[in-house]
Amino acid sequence: MRQLRTILPVLAPVVLVALTAIVGSFFERSTEIYFINALVAVAIVVALYVFVGNSGVLSFGHISFVAVGAWTAGVLSVPVEEKPATMPYLFGFLADTAVGNVPSLLLASLVGGVFALVAGLPLMRLSGLAAGIATFAVLEITNNVLRYYEKLGPGLNVFSSVPETTDMQQAAIGAVVAIAIAFAYQVSRFGRQLRAARDDAPAARAVGISVYRQRLLAFALSGALAGFAGGLYVHYLPINVDAVYLDLTFITLAMLVIGGMTSLWGAVVGALAVSGLDSLLAEAENGAVGVDLPSGSRIVVVGALMALVLILRPSGITGGRELRLFRVTRPRPVKESEA
Amino acid sequence: MTSLLASGLTDFLRAAVEPQVQVDAIGIGAIYALMAVGIGLVFGVLRLVNFAYGQLVMAGAFALAFASDRDWPVGVGILLCFAVVIALSLAMERVVFRPLRTQSAATMLVATFAVAFLLQAIALLIDQRDDTLGEPAASLAKLNLPWTIFGTDVRKITVVAIVSAAVCLVGLVLFLGRTTVGLQMRAAAMDFQTARLLGVRANRVIGSAVLLSGVLAGVVAVMLTVQQPLVTSTFALRETIVVLAGVVVGGMNRLASATLGGFAIGYASGLLGGALPTEQSQYLPSFLFGLVILTLLVRPGGLFTRGRGPVERV
Repeated sequence: MRQLRTILPVLAPVVLVALTAIVGSFFERSTEIYFINALVAVAIVVALYVFVGNSGVLSFGHISFVAVGAWTAGVLSVPVEEKPATMPYLFGFLADTAVGNVPSLLLASLVGGVFALVAGLPLMRLSGLAAGIATFAVLEITNNVLRYYEKLGPGLNVFSSVPETTDMQQAAIGAVVAIAIAFAYQVSRFGRQLRAARDDAPAARAVGISVYRQRLLAFALSGALAGFAGGLYVHYLPINVDAVYLDLTFITLAMLVIGGMTSLWGAVVGALAVSGLDSLLAEAENGAVGVDLPSGSRIVVVGALMALVLILRPSGITGGRELRLFRVTRPRPVKESEA
Repeated sequence: MTSLLASGLTDFLRAAVEPQVQVDAIGIGAIYALMAVGIGLVFGVLRLVNFAYGQLVMAGAFALAFASDRDWPVGVGILLCFAVVIALSLAMERVVFRPLRTQSAATMLVATFAVAFLLQAIALLIDQRDDTLGEPAASLAKLNLPWTIFGTDVRKITVVAIVSAAVCLVGLVLFLGRTTVGLQMRAAAMDFQTARLLGVRANRVIGSAVLLSGVLAGVVAVMLTVQQPLVTSTFALRETIVVLAGVVVGGMNRLASATLGGFAIGYASGLLGGALPTEQSQYLPSFLFGLVILTLLVRPGGLFTRGRGPVERV
């Protein structure tokens, strides 16, 4: 019983991901992609959660690590003979190398992690709004460079001829790996130190926690996971630079906040709930679910529901807590006025 | 390498002091400063970064396009624009901001994302009724024509922008300094709890701030529409992002520093846009946001704020 309680925070999200994958594999390809999409979203949101959830600092820059990961995996896994057609200006070593699926994902995480580490070295000194805007600046710069610097990738064009290896199984495994790493981190001493600093920074400093160092570690780790998720993404859809920019930034942040920012369970539930809703409405736009929505109205509904959830449950669907089987009743803290 | 950099820098500086580049940069700075005030006012009383501010401007621009499409007089179009923007701004406060007033900054910010999403999607639906991208708002276009003064093209809208920014800012200073509501707003921005304890009505103060920021969004909508007469659903999105960065760089805690930050980033992007050589001008966002990061690292509390921010101690 006790052990169950300890591992439930990782078990529950994994079971949920597995169920999503199993249910999804019963559908034909045209519907299956919604499920794959949702699982890739889980990987991205869990990566975001590792930093934002544990540190309490909002980051608008994580999609740049997704982008860098996607570029790494995408550029490296296009077969050498097809590169000149879509990416004629590549650096020589990129043009001459092609790697398989798993190495490309590992390299994507490595590049994402190193990029986050380097960007984090100066940025993690900031906090609050300044940190938010600085991470946003990283997104702008990354997007701008990837968009126009064609020695690194296809520029404005889509990634064509990347092997589409992210099927249901790989997306599910990817999401589970991300969840497992996120869990291992949040129960490690580093994760706990960062969460302590999130809840009370001065007190955490007073017991000797370096907030800067812990944030940097989380930023790099979550950058690596984001890069990995970017690799999954590019192996599933022929994306271009706009797919890993503002829209993805906002929707993934919204998923995290709607699910509940401070728990892994919240990150997974939020990602699945919002993607599920979005897919359902997309099908409705095609007239498949019985109700017939005019085309383009999907985002109106998603936006309205997002606002509604936040107004009704400001701390997210899960309230920012991990899943518990039995509600633990703690004595209510005595208010100062009553004491 | 060093000499190449130095000569590039000299070229840049030589181009940057051209009167044409300066005039355009100041014009952009003036508009951005107004947006910064609109964002800063609401932040002052609500501690809310209103990401949906750009969509207010966009709604105003759609109103102008609507009026222009029906050949209504320019004055009516502008009135409609103000009516739409102010109504939307008040509605946004009532429906979304007010229930979330006590929530964390992250929740409020994401709520404004949701609103921004929603408004943008609605605008896209409106835009897509005909199969062309964007709605033209041509009736104001003649303001975009230039006057030539000593060989420098000064577009009429630049003058209008600078003058109306100045008028709005002076009016705002008078309002905040000389009226009771203005005083209450400043008090609320400083310490909302204490202000309430002293009898300042929260809803009234917040309502006034939101109203004022709506009026400013209307002014900005008119001026941006003159410059970009094709109104799309992403109208003013870019500008809002840049202004948000500018406001934080300037220092969000005071309205004056936020406004200066908005002006500074507008001016900087005008200079970079005008003076960067063509093959590098596509990297303008990188230069601009690189500057943002550098400034934040040197002065995290804001470029135009005095002293250091309060440090919390145990």
